[in-house]
Amino acid sequence: MKHRIVSLVLSRLALALVTAIIVSFAVFFATAMLPGDTATILLGQAATPEAVEGLRKAMHLDDPAIFRFLRWLAGVVHGDLGVSYANNMPVAKLIGGRLINTLKLAGLTAVIAVPLALTLGITAAMLRNTLYDRCLTIAIIGVVSVPEFMIATLAVLLFAVYLNWLPAVSFTSEIRTVHDFARAYAMPVVTLTIVISAQMIRMSRAAVVETLNTPYVEMALLKGASRGRIVLRHALPNALGPIVNAVALSLSYLLGGVIIVETIFNYPGVAKLMVDAVSTRDLPLIQSCAIIFCFGFLLLTTTADVIAILSNPRLR
Amino acid sequence: MTSVTTSAGRKPGPTSLFGYRINAVGVVGALIVTFWIVVAFAAPMIIPHPVGDIVDTDYFGPMSRELWLGSDYLGRDMTSRILMGARYTLGISVASVIIAGASGVTLGMIAAITGGVVDMVLSRLLDALSSIPSKLFSLVVVAAVGSSIPVLIVTMAVIYIPGAYRFARALAVNINTMDFVVVARIRGESLWYLIRAEILPNIIGPVLVDLGLRFVFIVLLLSGMSFLGLGVRPPYADWGALVRENIGGLPYAAPAVIFPSLAIASLTIAINLLIDNLPTKIRDREAS
Amino acid sequence: MTSLVQIRDLRVEATTDSGRTIEIIGGVDLDIAEGEIVALIGESGSGKTTMAMSLMGYARAGCRIVGGSVVVDGVDMVALPEKDKAAVRGAKIAYVPQSAAAAFNPAIRIMDQVIEVVRIHGVMPLEEARTKAVALFRALSLPNPDRIGDRYPHQVSGGQLQRLAAAMALIASPKVLIFDEPTTALDVTTQVEVLRAFKSVISAHCIAGIYVSHDLAVVAQIADRIVVLRNGEVQESGTTADILERAQHPYTRQLLAAVAPDHEPRRDASGPTAEALLEVHEVSVGYGPLRSDGQPAIVAVDNVSLRVARGRNLGIIGESGCGKSTLARAIAGILPPFSGGVVFDGHELGRSARHRSPDQLRQVQIVFQHADTALNPAHTVEDILGRPLTFYHGMPRKQRSGRIDQLLDMVKLPRALRQRRPAELSGGQKQRVNFARALAADPKLIICDEITSALDTVVAAAVIDLLKELQRELDLAYVFISHDLSVVEAICDDIVVMYRGRKIEQITPEDMAKPEHPYTQLLLSSVPKLDPTWLDHLRQDPEQVRAYCQR
Repeated sequence: MKHRIVSLVLSRLALALVTAIIVSFAVFFATAMLPGDTATILLGQAATPEAVEGLRKAMHLDDPAIFRFLRWLAGVVHGDLGVSYANNMPVAKLIGGRLINTLKLAGLTAVIAVPLALTLGITAAMLRNTLYDRCLTIAIIGVVSVPEFMIATLAVLLFAVYLNWLPAVSFTSEIRTVHDFARAYAMPVVTLTIVISAQMIRMSRAAVVETLNTPYVEMALLKGASRGRIVLRHALPNALGPIVNAVALSLSYLLGGVIIVETIFNYPGVAKLMVDAVSTRDLPLIQSCAIIFCFGFLLLTTTADVIAILSNPRLR
Repeated sequence: MTSVTTSAGRKPGPTSLFGYRINAVGVVGALIVTFWIVVAFAAPMIIPHPVGDIVDTDYFGPMSRELWLGSDYLGRDMTSRILMGARYTLGISVASVIIAGASGVTLGMIAAITGGVVDMVLSRLLDALSSIPSKLFSLVVVAAVGSSIPVLIVTMAVIYIPGAYRFARALAVNINTMDFVVVARIRGESLWYLIRAEILPNIIGPVLVDLGLRFVFIVLLLSGMSFLGLGVRPPYADWGALVRENIGGLPYAAPAVIFPSLAIASLTIAINLLIDNLPTKIRDREAS
Repeated sequence: MTSLVQIRDLRVEATTDSGRTIEIIGGVDLDIAEGEIVALIGESGSGKTTMAMSLMGYARAGCRIVGGSVVVDGVDMVALPEKDKAAVRGAKIAYVPQSAAAAFNPAIRIMDQVIEVVRIHGVMPLEEARTKAVALFRALSLPNPDRIGDRYPHQVSGGQLQRLAAAMALIASPKVLIFDEPTTALDVTTQVEVLRAFKSVISAHCIAGIYVSHDLAVVAQIADRIVVLRNGEVQESGTTADILERAQHPYTRQLLAAVAPDHEPRRDASGPTAEALLEVHEVSVGYGPLRSDGQPAIVAVDNVSLRVARGRNLGIIGESGCGKSTLARAIAGILPPFSGGVVFDGHELGRSARHRSPDQLRQVQIVFQHADTALNPAHTVEDILGRPLTFYHGMPRKQRSGRIDQLLDMVKLPRALRQRRPAELSGGQKQRVNFARALAADPKLIICDEITSALDTVVAAAVIDLLKELQRELDLAYVFISHDLSVVEAICDDIVVMYRGRKIEQITPEDMAKPEHPYTQLLLSSVPKLDPTWLDHLRQDPEQVRAYCQR
């Protein structure tokens, strides 16, 4: 049986690798479709044809696309992400600190959202069709139905405009005390938490409800087991795989969420960097940011699948 | 991910709609959706002021008898701008969901029936496509080819093809194992007949519901992109773009920033409520 | 005398998905004395399981006990608060489910599940419970009783799980046991062993209980009294002997008649030398990827040959997994064999349907077991029957309509059903439509794959009669696949016995009394008879049992 688990996990990892390659390829070519000549864009309309020609050679722009892709991929593997068009800084250096900021925001959100959402989701499943469950369901429909920016604007309206607790749309980089920290992070984290919790509650509730409807849970009830025992001993261990899957998938929504949240709160993270790069059409920067996000997403979904395989009792 | 939460015990007075039993909440959802569809069609005829005209001396004007929903950052009438915005938000989203649905569902059924290599290649490719987060994908496309309305439509469609494909394929795979499909196959029926007569009629209900949910995601994504300034561009404005234009009014809680948001929320929540309250397939099955 | 269980005027309602309320138990009375086993007999939808469950004060989701009382050992289970119900469940009343495979939690070791009742109710120390469990495993003749508890449910067979579920129910020495069709999912040879085990523990522990089943012959072995249910009402009740020998109610007689169909010997002029319609030559079929020697990973049918003469019937019998359905699929061209060939009417058929001509496909039709999945729920009866008429015969609309009426008449369905969809038909009606669709092609051979297995016994008997009648009129040949020996016996001229993918014997119905191959002997002797002493008198060679039963 051990052998089967190992081979399943390995094949899942191999699949992730294949997907990663396809995705890098897609990202590279989407950006390579950029209309207009890159060299002309860089040098401006006034540049001499000779200068443009020289730059094209230097940038290998005349090579077939597949070579450019391979050269670029080799660079990525070696940590060389190219040089930003906008300000001639190495992309790796531009991204470095920003990435840590984004991870800080995402990590903080995850630490708060995961326990919160799982508690709510599992209790909602246990108390199916009670008032509590219905209110939660309605709240979730509300949250998943509105765009992230609206939750952010509501947070601003509530905390900054009406309650006047926090500064409105601005992010201070001077964090000296815990108080500063809380003031700076409160609204982005609250917004992101709401966004990803809704999905997580919905999916974890569904996973537990599904196991609660199985014959072995009915059997436990007919053995005289208490409600707590039924859920903790019989339902939850079997719902673990789907729940972990729900967590990982919800965390991948973080990626979509940070793009909006970083922009609206002016937070110096990778997503903000990328949105700015899109406005300035800074190709190497866009490519690198996109790859980071895709790989993050892939990492999460692959982890979810691997955990689902490991937690399947039938493979033990 | 797209699981519809249905609760069996809930029954606030079932009403009859087109011969189906739908409860009151569902009816309200249906009415709101219908309202916005009508608005999208009739907008140019019902707007009180031309969308480009500056009619207020003040910017971020409050709600008044004259300007129901106040004025925007240039003093233009918000009521008119929101009514017109419905055209862009609904129009682009509907076009995208139709393209995504038609291609995703067709490919999904072909993959399910044909199986083998076709299925594997299609599934791998579309899986890879879906492992690019949707916002990121649109950002990259917008960076590459700009954000004209046709580009937006195609981009959103491409983003949601894998989801529609996977959903339809999963359903079709189940139907495909049914004996009636086997019977049709060994009768010698063509692929086209199998898709049209045996598979499609049995998955169309759930598929339409799924497309409804996908429509909500498209509306949200489009609004999000416009909010970032990377979606619908001036002089056109969808609801997301209206929020962006007027975000400066946020500290004053101006109606110009609140109402476009409410418009989006009312549409998406209404669709969700409608879908959540659709009747589960009416069947009488006794417990034996 | 007050009995152990007294059910008085029990009423249970169910709410359907469309919000309608229907009564599934309508005012039933029932008594069970100490140490008495009462069987609830009835067909699907009769309310027998619902009624058995009410003993534990439990109704499944969507169902509600709305009236009456269920007094078990002096306590009314209906009136009890949920907490007190839990105290009784498992300890005083225990439940043996229909599908033990689903009722065991896949994530927990068997022993922990078996003694869980003790853990919950604290009736004895856990060590003692473990010892008792092993003793029960031994009493239920489970293999390796000391170690089997360490396994996970997916690591033991269905027959074993069913007995383990009985051990789980018995662990706290309950007064009342509920058996819910505990052997329905098992093969006959396994069923014998499980029934024996149940019977011995029941008498050893002097247990009272309810045995829910649709199978009169099984119930005859176990029950002291039989209650016949239909549509949530008691039709008849009496001692087992009374019901079997002196049934009063017409419905009970129908049930009895369906168990033992009359086998009029259907010998006609055509002897075994008649012209062959179908010849299967050394066919092997398998699943999974091909191995290096060209064989697939799993070989389901191994080198089977058979021959069906024009206008005659061949039965194929065997237990689940013997390859009989796979063979049927290979003949029909659904699953191409990896070696061997099929000759029909003198012409070699293509391996898969894609390589056969439309006319070849038309002449061999297959009818599947589950009419629910064999009929497209989106099509009307008219669409279903009309399609083969258009496809094979290119009939114009008017002619097609007339032919559909004829087909409905042939399978004895009212013409008014034309516009209905499958969901609006009963199980028997669906199976008739399913069969009519095969007839629409004007075939020479119809392969019937377990077509009566999903039907209630009375309905199944009617379908078999119909098949016989049509054969006389239309000069058809059938290949009849079933695990139900009495059905095959009733309709077939020759019977092929399959075991683990091989054809082990071909016999005629007359030979069924004295088969030669030991597996056939074992298989035929394992079919329960209506005689209540059958199980006690049944002697099977333990060597054979060990050799052929995959328990």
